[in-house]
Amino acid sequence: MAKQRKGVEVSIAMSEAVAQADVDVIAAYPITPQTHIVEHLSEIVASGDLDAEFVPVDSEHSAMSVCCGSSAVGARTFTSTSSQGLALMAEIFFITSSMRLPVVMALANRSLSGPLSIWNDHTDTMMVRDAGWIQVFVENGQESYDNMFCAFRIAEDPDVMLPLAVNFDGFILTHMIEPIIYEDDAVVKKYLPEFKMKNTLHPDKPVSMGCFAMPELYTEAQMASEAALQGSYPTIVKAWDEWAELTGRQYRPIETYMAEDAEYCIVTMGSYGETAMDAVDALRQEGEKVGVIKIRLWRPFPFDDFFAAVKGKKTLIVMDRAISFGGPGGPVASEIKSALYKQDDAPEVVSYVAGLAGRDVSVGDFKKMIIEGKDRAESKDTQGFQLYGLRG
Amino acid sequence: MAKPIDEIRWQELEVGIAVIDPGSAMGYETGTWRSERPVVDKDQCIHCGVCWLFCPDMSIVQAPEGHFEADLTYCKGCGICAKECPVGCITMVPEEEE
Repeated sequence: MAKQRKGVEVSIAMSEAVAQADVDVIAAYPITPQTHIVEHLSEIVASGDLDAEFVPVDSEHSAMSVCCGSSAVGARTFTSTSSQGLALMAEIFFITSSMRLPVVMALANRSLSGPLSIWNDHTDTMMVRDAGWIQVFVENGQESYDNMFCAFRIAEDPDVMLPLAVNFDGFILTHMIEPIIYEDDAVVKKYLPEFKMKNTLHPDKPVSMGCFAMPELYTEAQMASEAALQGSYPTIVKAWDEWAELTGRQYRPIETYMAEDAEYCIVTMGSYGETAMDAVDALRQEGEKVGVIKIRLWRPFPFDDFFAAVKGKKTLIVMDRAISFGGPGGPVASEIKSALYKQDDAPEVVSYVAGLAGRDVSVGDFKKMIIEGKDRAESKDTQGFQLYGLRG
Repeated sequence: MAKPIDEIRWQELEVGIAVIDPGSAMGYETGTWRSERPVVDKDQCIHCGVCWLFCPDMSIVQAPEGHFEADLTYCKGCGICAKECPVGCITMVPEEEE
């Protein structure tokens, strides 16, 4: 019998996933558009349905600090934030990965001030791109729900021990009611082993964490972080494969749509992958050989999967949701250009920045971007980037 | 730490750079920072221990004869002991260039 879908707001489904994952400590400060996750978790804890500590902190800086402390004693730890909240967490965010504390975060992507905006883009997450966390992007409600379980499974694996952020678009997902299949607690229990840490803060075996490192050690410590993040890849893939075995829903570091025989592809991250697929359907009707390449795993960047996906393509049209001011344009496009630099027969890369701070990008916009991008590539007009829909 | 810090390979670091052996700060010889060292006039020293109390690095030790002096392996030469000594028996002397 097919599993029952439940109409539920994505934020509510994510918080219920966190409760199903039997989390021990939640420390978070409410911020739009993440608020419903934190509110609902506080209700679940207050009603006695989840035996966990909900720590109502005075700021996001404190939230992330509490998360580090609770993770360091071996507690399964969750937090959630957006935009300015992430900016306030930034100091501790970098420390969390260096200390190898497997905190899981639901990062409801929202633009950074200024100017002040509460709407969705990826400027917040790009700020912490190089912070040493595993970064996953999801596209819809079901992926958001599923990936909360995968997140704890991956982060807490003894071979990984890294914090993980599940990036999901603010409002487009957080406030959307979608049909979502809930998994039974028994499935979750089977999938998610008990969290055990090698070194914890415990008087029986005292250790010091977060110590000062002299110039003689800092380089080695950074390499340890780099190796840990790169080394997490096989566990991430295995965790997604095992989730597929249990539920039938498969996730991969790079996912494609109609890309097999495509000559050119639009590259996206996050919820706009859905709109891109609609645009590709429409363009295919018009005879265009176009596909979609979706980056699910942003860090560690899955280079080999990406090379396999783009093999034989003439053009990649990359849609970024953030600008790197004074730099090469969109962070995703510049990363892709750099990855392809030494590849034989590398496709042309056309960089668009679109959908900033909630500005809608419709199927028609995608079609326009794709066709325009294809023309740009053909005329080798691929330097710099285009700010799609800009007036003036 | 068993190994000097400038010989540790990255693979040997504990997960999360945790320090699992106690007393590891002993291996960190802060005396190399010093540009001046405290010299104690033993005869003038009244054995009060004020220098020992104030030393931020706990590098002042009591000699068997009763007077206090700095352990130069760790003394950074900050001069707080000389400043605080109630009888003025500690003088800061510049370290000579080798």
